[in-house]
Amino acid sequence: MFDWRWDFAFEILPRLLQATLNTLAAAGIGYGIAVVLGLVFALAQRTPSRFVTLVVRECVEFIRSTPLVLQIFFVFFVGPQFGIRLSPWVAGMIAIGLHYSAYLSEVYRGGLEAVPKGQWEACTALNLSTTKTYFRVIIPQALPPSLAGMGNYLVGIFKDTPMLSVIGVAELMQAANAIGGSNYRYLEPYTMVGITFLAISLPAAGLIKVFEAWVRKKLGMN
Amino acid sequence: MQPILQLYEYWNDIHMSYLDFLSEQGPRFIDGTIMTATQFFLSAILAIMCALTAGLMKLSSNRMIKGTALVYIEIFRGTSLLVQLYWIFFVLPLFGLTLDKFYTGFVAVGLNLGAYGAELVRGGIQSVPKGQWEAAYAISMSPAKRMYRIILPQALLNMLPPWGNLMIELLKATALVSLISVTDLMFEAKQINGSTFLSAQAFGTALIIYYIFARLVVTPFMRWLERVMARKMGRA
Repeated sequence: MFDWRWDFAFEILPRLLQATLNTLAAAGIGYGIAVVLGLVFALAQRTPSRFVTLVVRECVEFIRSTPLVLQIFFVFFVGPQFGIRLSPWVAGMIAIGLHYSAYLSEVYRGGLEAVPKGQWEACTALNLSTTKTYFRVIIPQALPPSLAGMGNYLVGIFKDTPMLSVIGVAELMQAANAIGGSNYRYLEPYTMVGITFLAISLPAAGLIKVFEAWVRKKLGMN
Repeated sequence: MQPILQLYEYWNDIHMSYLDFLSEQGPRFIDGTIMTATQFFLSAILAIMCALTAGLMKLSSNRMIKGTALVYIEIFRGTSLLVQLYWIFFVLPLFGLTLDKFYTGFVAVGLNLGAYGAELVRGGIQSVPKGQWEAAYAISMSPAKRMYRIILPQALLNMLPPWGNLMIELLKATALVSLISVTDLMFEAKQINGSTFLSAQAFGTALIIYYIFARLVVTPFMRWLERVMARKMGRA
């Protein structure tokens, strides 16, 4: 290919692989936050209070329809204005976790609404507490239908981690920027970053499909 | 009474200083919003064209055509928009193709979201009942006419709701063009933050403008389009 230098590519490979680990860690931590916080958002929309439902709903809509990169800047820069200093990693994880928790709450909501009404009534009949009803009966049944959406957002969060480079989180894109800037060679780092993303996200998407089919089969669905 | 008065004054302070901030920085926010709207509009047109082309190509029985669409869709869906944006901006010039940052911005966003849209187009076309294909065949319509007059209109109606979501994604994606210094809303917010150090006001205002744009312009427009399409198809 035009002007492609293999020696340079091999020289920067270890550094990019190291950064890939950081990218995976960022995606993993962000996703962990999103999975928990998303459930909180989804459950908060099911309280008897209409006001709480409305407020949470609007917040979720707000997070979902504004750009993630702007939210990252917001979290990172607004803290110091009020005397709270956040490191790039912490700010990045909060922003990306919050962003995806809004998406995941929608996924959970769909799953929760798909649980048949009879299950709720049975719980009432058995005199189960609200917590027990949710954690022992409803959520286990709501999860499998949510898995497809959850898997898609896992790949989604992985593909959105390059945005963390804007506040200097040392992930793949940041490493490529740094290499490109100091060597004045952008062809190899950016191309290799693209290939890395393809090499991880395509098999991951495939694996998620397989896993989803396996869960459905295990639970005796369709 | 005293603490309440103090609180009131404090609130008034914040309130007034924010209004001052807005009147001072308003023009820049407006400039940025216009640029964001332009980028949104151009990349939406490009995304729709790419989605229709790639979606139809993916349904082709010719393996070459199908393969081309598959490669386009997988490459653009499998990597991040930011990577694609930087690649087009920094690497394509090495191959002799230099695009201005303004063009790079909406081309990258349009190509990326077009790949997602292609899947919607494919799904929409496949959701048209088989009887419609057969009926068009029975009255010996040409394949092009069948697609254009019978299948696509119905497919379009079926896929409009997910396109509404995609348009919001597209709006959000345009914020990334600020990273190659297209002077959009995001870029202006960063500049204002840099010159005034009022981060909450600068980024907060930008967030609200994006939200208003999504909630009061894009979503209602898509809903309106859905209604118009449904009426045209006699399904209202």
